[in-house]
Amino acid sequence: MSEATIPDLVNIEVNGEPVQARKGQMLIQATDASGHYVPRFCYHEKLPIAANCRMCLVEVEKAPKPVPACATPVAEGMKVFTKSPKAIAAQKAVMEFLLINHPLDCPICDQGGECELQDLAIGFGRDAARYAERKRVVKDKSLGPLVSTDMTRCIHCTRCVRFTSEIQGFQELGTCGRGEHVEITTFIEKSVEHELSGNIIDLCPVGALNSKPYRYSARAWEMTQQPLVSPHDSVGSNLFAHVLRGRVMRVVPRANEEINETWISDRDRFSYEGIYSEDRLQKPLIREGNTWREVDWQTALNRAAEKLGAIVKADAKQLGTLVAPTSTLEEAYLAQRITRELGSNNVDHRLRRSDFRDQNHDPIYPWLGSSIADLEQLNSALIIGSNLRKEFPILAHRIRKAAQRGAQVSFINPVKYDYLFPVATYLSSNGLNMWQHLAAVLVAVTQTNNTMVPAMVSGLIANVQPSDSHRAIATQLLNGERRAILLGAIAQRDTAFTELRALAAVLSQVTGVQLGYMADGGNSVGAHIAGAVPHRSIDGQLLYAAGMNVKEMLAAKLKAYLIVGALESQDFAEVTALSACRSAECVIALSPYASAKDYAHIILPIGTFAETSGTHVNVEGRWQSVAGVATPVGESRPAWKVLRVLGNLLNLPNFDYDSSEQVRDEVRSQVASQQPSNSYVNTMPIHASHNSPARDIPMYGVDAVVRRATALQLTQEAQSASWSHA
Amino acid sequence: MKNLFKTFFLTELLSGLWVTLRQFSFRPNVTVQYPEEKTPQSPRFRGLHAQRRYANGQERCIACKLCEAVCPALAITIESGVSDDGTRRTTRYDIDLFKCIYCGFCEEACPVDAIVETRIHEYHMEHRGENIMTKDKLLAVGDKFEAMIAADKAADARYK
Repeated sequence: MSEATIPDLVNIEVNGEPVQARKGQMLIQATDASGHYVPRFCYHEKLPIAANCRMCLVEVEKAPKPVPACATPVAEGMKVFTKSPKAIAAQKAVMEFLLINHPLDCPICDQGGECELQDLAIGFGRDAARYAERKRVVKDKSLGPLVSTDMTRCIHCTRCVRFTSEIQGFQELGTCGRGEHVEITTFIEKSVEHELSGNIIDLCPVGALNSKPYRYSARAWEMTQQPLVSPHDSVGSNLFAHVLRGRVMRVVPRANEEINETWISDRDRFSYEGIYSEDRLQKPLIREGNTWREVDWQTALNRAAEKLGAIVKADAKQLGTLVAPTSTLEEAYLAQRITRELGSNNVDHRLRRSDFRDQNHDPIYPWLGSSIADLEQLNSALIIGSNLRKEFPILAHRIRKAAQRGAQVSFINPVKYDYLFPVATYLSSNGLNMWQHLAAVLVAVTQTNNTMVPAMVSGLIANVQPSDSHRAIATQLLNGERRAILLGAIAQRDTAFTELRALAAVLSQVTGVQLGYMADGGNSVGAHIAGAVPHRSIDGQLLYAAGMNVKEMLAAKLKAYLIVGALESQDFAEVTALSACRSAECVIALSPYASAKDYAHIILPIGTFAETSGTHVNVEGRWQSVAGVATPVGESRPAWKVLRVLGNLLNLPNFDYDSSEQVRDEVRSQVASQQPSNSYVNTMPIHASHNSPARDIPMYGVDAVVRRATALQLTQEAQSASWSHA
Repeated sequence: MKNLFKTFFLTELLSGLWVTLRQFSFRPNVTVQYPEEKTPQSPRFRGLHAQRRYANGQERCIACKLCEAVCPALAITIESGVSDDGTRRTTRYDIDLFKCIYCGFCEEACPVDAIVETRIHEYHMEHRGENIMTKDKLLAVGDKFEAMIAADKAADARYK
């Protein structure tokens, strides 16, 4: 009695078992929650309901006909039978209809072995077909380089159509024709281009949509499924690598409601091709004049330690260490330990940043300011300097959900980028820099609520006249329960990041809105925590004698560089950055790819993200450790092992790690007391500087692995991308 | 008394000798003089493996990997890919004859009758590595004995 009086709950009976469900829920949600399986094709918990496959027909007492469980809301006292003779007969009849036109090509179908239709045909199909007439044949559509199609196999569940319209935000796929002539198609011979479009491969319950790079290369049952974390953006999407004989055959999402839900971006899904690019190094290399000699690890490591030792002995400050922002926490930590214990503070991973004037006021690590899942709950957001969809496809999806719910989302960007949700105010260029727009918003806020502006930014807001759109953003920021100001990757790369950040921080103080960073670079947060920055030690304390940042290191033309990770000119703010390395005495590069030959003297081949155990820390400060899942190509080794041995050979103390977990635990014990905080305390006045726009990084150019992923590079997105200025 | 009789007249010895004598002179001989003579074989005999082609020369195997999955001895290794004409084909198909237990499951699993076990059972290897039947070797066997394989399949078809 007491339970029934809770207004939101209704009591129903499933197969004779009493079950409670929330009002407005569909039957299938109630049956799923209580463990009564109902077969389905078109129903997907993340997509709107279509009820067009009819596979989930169940019997409901007093209903004249079987009803679709996915589209029937629960009602008080409902008696549902999912396995009654009537329900089973209905389900079997639907299955027979579905199989009429489905080809019997399971042996060559990539979905074979993981096919929902195949599985359910075992339970609900007849052993022999009664249909002897001609089967229907549908012409395959070309959906671009990522998704292969076999449209004859399609059962028209329209999951893919609903995904493009509801989750992506612009409908790339649709149905045309009626009845038996229904076809899924793009609108007039286009390819699917959205950055999440690969998810239709997972959604397709049959083999109509499959992964093109993976096509015909393996079967579902022979691969092992192993967890990975994406290194391509700082969201840290959870992935599963499907591995066959030590080789990653494909990547699929690992559901994690708190991060990526059940989706992953195409960049995360198809980047694995870059692991097996042709220019992977097989053995350590030593430069001899203009030629390269393959050597064994012992020789290469000894030579590296010897050269490094000699230069450091003369002047330790002549060593500079550059860490790729995709490196794991362990790699960044060991790299900064080697550098610092050799007597240099020149270690940095912020390769694309160009404004370091105010780095001492950087937070210990750039933090989103909330959890990723909480972005959905925002009522108001101001996003500064971010090509959101391209930089963080998963965050863009979360913010899109918030905007769909009615949140006011505004942008300040150097140019106009595409977005697929209603935007309250979009400020771009119009003769003003980003920070000038931001200053105008700040002025508008202070005019609205009559607050004083701290003196340090008074130089920036002098003579600023807010326009109506600035006032609109000000009003938006002052109202609403959950609000956020987010600094995107373009802001962090901007030459006026100092101004931008100071203004954003002041704006956050006067409006009481949480300031957040969407960290630029795959594991940038982890590298910050590991201490791979020149101005802070591992415990987060500012260093009295800060080392050189990446810009200074390259400008100073040091004698020795230690490069950890695959770094190429595209990874830096300046195209010419690596020329400094070419004139150095000794460059030791830990890189999986032969591109290091361009600047290095000794190359130690290391494993990519799938071949290395390690930890990634995402924008919300979540530590995620994974094991290496694939056999390293050739003789390459995980970078943390290489750095460990290098530390031994340089006679550094306490470098006897047995596992990457041991390294991680050491880092964790040193940073245990740190709390994420983006608070900004500064009293020094900030003066406006010359501002030139930062380099735009194409979505499929973020790191060396992605740049080598063949299929991604064939997309229109990559083909039309430019490395010009934003 | 009875025992004494048996002992005295050596009846047990004689009955034993009679068995030998019977085999020598009164029964037909069952020994086959291999290799000059051979025992008859069933069309279901499971000997050396072969891969077949269609009459137009196209190889039958579609790289579905069901034989690899069903093989209880893990003797089959397949790698697959998209062929030049866009179809699903093997890029590698190895059977390790040392691992194979000649159970015939691969043949039964095959949806296109590509992998078969022929009646050939007289083969040998002289070097390491020859125990691996590669795709080329399997197809060569299939091409050479297609007439026999087709006849055996036809003979057994009505029982399938």
